[in-house]
Amino acid sequence: MSDIAATDALAPKSGVEGLVDDWSADKQTYHVPWGKAMMWIFLVSDTFIFTCFLTSYMNVRWTATEPWPYPSEIFALEFGGVPIPLILIAIMTFILITSSGTMALAVNYGYRRDRQKTALLMLATAAFGASFVGMQAFEWTKLITGEGIRPWANPFGAPQFGSVFFMITGFHGLHVTGGVIYLLIVARKVYLGHYEKKGYEIVEIAGLYWHFVDLVWVFIFALFYLW
Amino acid sequence: MSAEAGQQHPLGIYYKVWVLLFVLSGFSYATDFLPDGILRWALILLFMVLKAGFIVAIFMHAFWERMALVFTILGPPIVLFLLIAFLGAESQYTWGTRVLYRGQDPNAMPVTVEEFHAMEHAAEAEH
Repeated sequence: MSDIAATDALAPKSGVEGLVDDWSADKQTYHVPWGKAMMWIFLVSDTFIFTCFLTSYMNVRWTATEPWPYPSEIFALEFGGVPIPLILIAIMTFILITSSGTMALAVNYGYRRDRQKTALLMLATAAFGASFVGMQAFEWTKLITGEGIRPWANPFGAPQFGSVFFMITGFHGLHVTGGVIYLLIVARKVYLGHYEKKGYEIVEIAGLYWHFVDLVWVFIFALFYLW
Repeated sequence: MSAEAGQQHPLGIYYKVWVLLFVLSGFSYATDFLPDGILRWALILLFMVLKAGFIVAIFMHAFWERMALVFTILGPPIVLFLLIAFLGAESQYTWGTRVLYRGQDPNAMPVTVEEFHAMEHAAEAEH
C-alpha cells in the first residue's frame, strides 16, 4: 500500500500546481527530452530574430514618407492576360500548410514506429519545402528582372520596400532550405533504423522546427503581403 | 518507458486542423479583395492569430505540454508587444517630423504596376 501512496505523490501534478512544482523542486524543470527543450529554446530565440525583422519593417513602413508600393499588384501573376493578385504567394502558403500537415503525420507515425511511413512523409514534407523555395526563386527572379526591384530602389515607391522584402523573405527562405536539408538527413536515418533504440523524439523535434517555419510564414503573409 | 513518452494523439485531430488551416488561409487570401480599412486589417490579424494559434497548439503540441514549458515558450515573446507599441508610437512621430521639416508630400500615391509598364513602353518608344 505504501508503494501506491509513494507513486501518487511522485506523479507530476498538472496545471498551475504543476508549474509551481516543476520550477520550485530541486530537480529537472522540463519533463521532455533535452533535445526537445533545446529546440524550443532555439525557436524562442528565432522568434525574437523574426520579430526584430517584422517590427523594423513596421517602423520603416510607417516612417517612410514616400508612398509604400501596392504588394497585391506587384505580386500578381497574369493568367490569360488577367492579373490575379498575390496568387503565387497564396499557392506558396497552401504548399507550406500542406507540408506542415505531412510533417504532423510523420511525427505521429514515428511514435508508432512505422519507419517506412515516417520516412516517406518526411520526404514528402521536404519535397513541398523544396518546391516552396523554387517558387520563391521564381518570384525573386521575376521581381528583379521584370519589375526592377532592388534592395536599394524600386520604380513603384518607397525604396525600403525592396530591402524589407529581400531581407525578410530571404531569411525565411534560408530557414526553409535549412529545414529541407535537416528533414532529409533525419528521414534517411529514420529509414535506416538509426533511432530504433533511442526512440523517435527526433522526428517530433524536427517537426517543431518545420512547423515554426510555417508559423513565421503566417506572419510574413499577413503583415508583408496582405497589409 | 520514458523514451516513448512523446506526444501521441489520434490522427483525426491533425486532419481536422489541417483542413481548418486551409480554410483559414483561404479566408486570409480573400481579405486581399476587401477595400483598405479597419475591417480588412482586423480580419488579416484575426486569421493570422487563429492560424498561428492552431499551428502552435496542435501541430507543435503546445496544448498538451506542461505549463512550465508552455510559459517558457510563450512568456518571453510577450515583451515583444512592448517593442511593437514603442516602435509604433515612435514611427508616427518620425513620419510627422519628416513631413513637417523635409517637405515630403504626405498624400503621395505609389506607382501602380500598370503605370510602370506604360512608362516602360514610352521609354522604349523613344529609342
